[in-house]
Amino acid sequence: MEYFFELFLGGLTRGSIYALIALGYTMVYGIIELINFAHGEIYMIGAFTALIVASLLTMAGMDGMAVLALSMVVAIIYAGAYGLTIEKIAYKPLRQAPRLSPLISAIGMSIFLQNYVLLAQTSDFLPFPSLVPEFSFMEPYEHIFSSSELMIVVVTAVSMLVLTYLIKFTKMGKAMRASAQDRTMAMLAGINVNRIISTTFIIGSTLAAVGGVLIASHIGQINFYIGFIAGIKAFTAAVLGGIGSIPGAVLGSLVLGWTESFATGYVSSDYEDVFAFTLLVLILIFRPAGILGKTKTQKV
Amino acid sequence: MKKLMTISIAALALSLAGSALAADTIKLGVAGPHSGDLASYGIPTVRAAELAVADINAAGGVLGKQVELLVEDDVCKPEIATNTASKLVSDGAVVVLGHICSGATKAALGIYNDAKIIVMSPSATNPALTQSGDYPNFYRTIASDDLQAKLGAEFAVNTLGAKKIAVIHDKGDYGKGYAEFAKAFLEKMDNAEVVLFEGVTPGAVDYSAIVQKIKHSGADAVIYGGYHPEASKIVTQMKKKKMDTYFVSDDGVKDETFIKVAGEFAEGVYASGPMDVSNLPLFQKALKEHKDKFGEDPGAFFKEGYAATVALMNAIEKAGSTEYAAIEAKLRSEYVDTPVGKISFDEKGDAIGVGFSMYKVIDGKYVEQK
Amino acid sequence: MKNLKQSILISLWFIFLTFPLMVIRVNTVEQEVEWRWINMAFIGVGAFICSYIWRYLMARKEKGGNEEESKTSWHQTLTMDKRYAIPAAALILTLAIIFPNIVSEYRINTMISALIYVVLGLGLNIVVGLAGLLDLGYVAFYAVGAYSYALLNHHFGLSFWACLPLGALLGAFFGILLGIPVLRLRGDYLAIVTLGFGEIIRLILENWNEFSFGPSGIANISNPTFFGQEISRSSGILFIYYLMIALVIFTIFVVNRLQNSRLGRSWVALREDEIACQAMGIDRMKTKLAAFALGATWAGMVGVIFAAKTSFINPASFTFLESAIILSIVVLGGMGSILGVILAAFVLILLPEELRAFSEYRMLIFGASMVLMMVFRPQGIIANVRRSYEYHGLDGAEEAK
Repeated sequence: MEYFFELFLGGLTRGSIYALIALGYTMVYGIIELINFAHGEIYMIGAFTALIVASLLTMAGMDGMAVLALSMVVAIIYAGAYGLTIEKIAYKPLRQAPRLSPLISAIGMSIFLQNYVLLAQTSDFLPFPSLVPEFSFMEPYEHIFSSSELMIVVVTAVSMLVLTYLIKFTKMGKAMRASAQDRTMAMLAGINVNRIISTTFIIGSTLAAVGGVLIASHIGQINFYIGFIAGIKAFTAAVLGGIGSIPGAVLGSLVLGWTESFATGYVSSDYEDVFAFTLLVLILIFRPAGILGKTKTQKV
Repeated sequence: MKKLMTISIAALALSLAGSALAADTIKLGVAGPHSGDLASYGIPTVRAAELAVADINAAGGVLGKQVELLVEDDVCKPEIATNTASKLVSDGAVVVLGHICSGATKAALGIYNDAKIIVMSPSATNPALTQSGDYPNFYRTIASDDLQAKLGAEFAVNTLGAKKIAVIHDKGDYGKGYAEFAKAFLEKMDNAEVVLFEGVTPGAVDYSAIVQKIKHSGADAVIYGGYHPEASKIVTQMKKKKMDTYFVSDDGVKDETFIKVAGEFAEGVYASGPMDVSNLPLFQKALKEHKDKFGEDPGAFFKEGYAATVALMNAIEKAGSTEYAAIEAKLRSEYVDTPVGKISFDEKGDAIGVGFSMYKVIDGKYVEQK
Repeated sequence: MKNLKQSILISLWFIFLTFPLMVIRVNTVEQEVEWRWINMAFIGVGAFICSYIWRYLMARKEKGGNEEESKTSWHQTLTMDKRYAIPAAALILTLAIIFPNIVSEYRINTMISALIYVVLGLGLNIVVGLAGLLDLGYVAFYAVGAYSYALLNHHFGLSFWACLPLGALLGAFFGILLGIPVLRLRGDYLAIVTLGFGEIIRLILENWNEFSFGPSGIANISNPTFFGQEISRSSGILFIYYLMIALVIFTIFVVNRLQNSRLGRSWVALREDEIACQAMGIDRMKTKLAAFALGATWAGMVGVIFAAKTSFINPASFTFLESAIILSIVVLGGMGSILGVILAAFVLILLPEELRAFSEYRMLIFGASMVLMMVFRPQGIIANVRRSYEYHGLDGAEEAK
């Protein structure tokens, strides 16, 4: 039973990691129906920026929560800026283009950003300091569930709630939903659709940066390639939960995290990804729009 | 079509023969990854060849001719390696130093074998390369993986006294091969038991599930086959979960980057690597040359690359010709002094006189365990 | 003046954007910081110049958009008009035949790789370009073909020629296997399931040692034979080159015929509107499965040739990135356009080889050119021209094309 519980917690952490990235994916997809392959790269850039800032601050003699807070803020600002710039360069000129063109543009952007960081920084793995302090109340449980894991789970839950609120109850959220449903109609109703799309990219990117900092600090190492694999898994999770749905992204990520964790624990880690993808196929066969996705009836 | 093919083959043969006749230099091909994410494994060998050849040329060359390097990139991909190999053959390489990765080497060897060219790798450690007998033209200056796995298994059981062992790998060619050999050796010993044999997915976001599984299996030592990025993640999570299981690993982990990344968690990790030769005068000479020319310490497989260049050139000189059979005979009969020690080669192509030892991380450094 | 101000702002923005990554490099172990101010100057000047180029190209794109539609472009004349098409095809064929006699073996090898990708691109074009089914796991079928030859050859000594049709059949079989569960899925749900399928195939090959020899792969795969005669490896390369030329011609022929067939048109109808298509009495299921099966057939076949060419295969050659490259070939070339796909395959496969001189920058250039290509020519190198019928009165009836 204790073993089960440990695997459950491991799956929870892993699922929350996926969720932090998947939330950004699902937001962008919800509004412009684009698989933003470069999203994983924003996560990576966020982590790198945070590493640089944190190292500078540590050398300057700061420590503890101040380093975490400051590097997080800088990472968020930069990730938002990158998200905005990428949208302006690689996706905005393609609004009227055939449906697959932005996807290829996104793959190209992803390859570009990876190599940009590779050349500007290094191809080696870099150690990432554990910025999350060990909370004293977690002390007795540290060997089962560490402070950084707790932090990831809590931040994921909070992000999900804030985003849901944002989309459901604010004016901007309303505008987002309107733009997602019918861009032309939204424009006619006086919504600045371009600005709404940019805002969505910025929000998605900031979430990726938060994820980047927390996850890197939990794992302890980064390199230019971390965004790609995490991005694909997060995207899978978002689809599993029903892409475009905020709670769906979190639920999908958790289901994926638990599947992988239990598959490793009780069967074999050799096939953990096979289990994950088989589950995806099975769920999509019975619920073609994902767990929480709404099956749209097409009107002709 | 057939006639055209014959003509073109004839033309190709002629052009090859022509270039061989006109050659007034001895051409040494150097192949490996010189760009891409594995470039750091390939470039040191190129530098080693440059330095060794500069020395040889300054001393009058080989068979009275100057040695010329043909450097080609294969990015460690089998499908590119065949292109690289055919390019080297077309360009008239007499012998080839390389390739770096085992997979790429296997793909390329057939092309060299058809052209009767001897290939010597400083780094391809896959046992099948020498032991299967499929690659008669292959030699290497590094010991093969099964020796390393044997060392790891024996060290874990006999020296550390582990009874239950979890064997973990990264599903890659190198890591899984090492793990399988380790498992085979462990199963032959009667005082040890393999309690877990599994692969982890490289690049996965975390490894807590497999770490829990290791803990649950009650293993008192982990033997890990693979490279340092995954190893440092696993070691870190094991230490964070307050586990005191021994961690024994391979040459892919015996890398300074591992200690840099895992930091304090790296302490006490065991990893095997080529025997410490830092006291050999030839090694010190090569090291100094590298520092003088490139201003930094050499990277992975530098000394093996240097040794292979020296061994190949020595064999050609002693053979008195660039004939395949003559070089082959001299490689097997002559002992030569190199930065990895005094070496020769057995019929299979493995170097005699090189081996592995076990290292332990103590105070942020790998220290050889005697 | 407005432009100048804007460009200065853009350049300042990029200086800000690239500041932490380009200028600062920290060494956490030695506690050292390296400030590379020179990079900042490069970025500033570079962004300033690029913003001008960008604006110019954008303006040209907006202006040029309308003109292009009306004129018949060169490639249309080349492919449609028999007067040009036949000599052009003959010229290309002659060049292709004498090509190996004038270049080194290395060039032949890279050319074979490019031709392999031409066939892969054309095969995926059926699925994505014609039927509009986004497939992100196409490389799985390529792997199926390669492994079927490698394994059958290793265990049973089956020859290349026996395996070529077998590989194609197995490819088609796996195509249907993938097709059945995803019949109900649309758009990006389909994309992610195909991606998953591709990964599953690769992971099985990687983990199931007893079956596939795992990550160490299979070496010493036999060369093709020539009417029962063994051929050496160097002439084998030539042989495979000519074989690939023949296969490419065959593929072009078949895909072209398919495009204009009843099946091809139902694919296009399916792509444009699934519901209308069903209402017209087209069997959606059969049509979709046919697209998956026929697309996968080419990948299976060319997989066999790939295995014969490299003589060594392992699962590392069949990653998701490979699928992405093949998909890029289709989209960059212009979805549904045969000539476009061929050109794009040559560009994408030969470009990195030629860019070797830039070694470390080549993937950077590669990624950037993918983005730029899409931004400035979103319809691809050669936009597919929809076949249209025009009525010119009774006299002009023959002129309808």
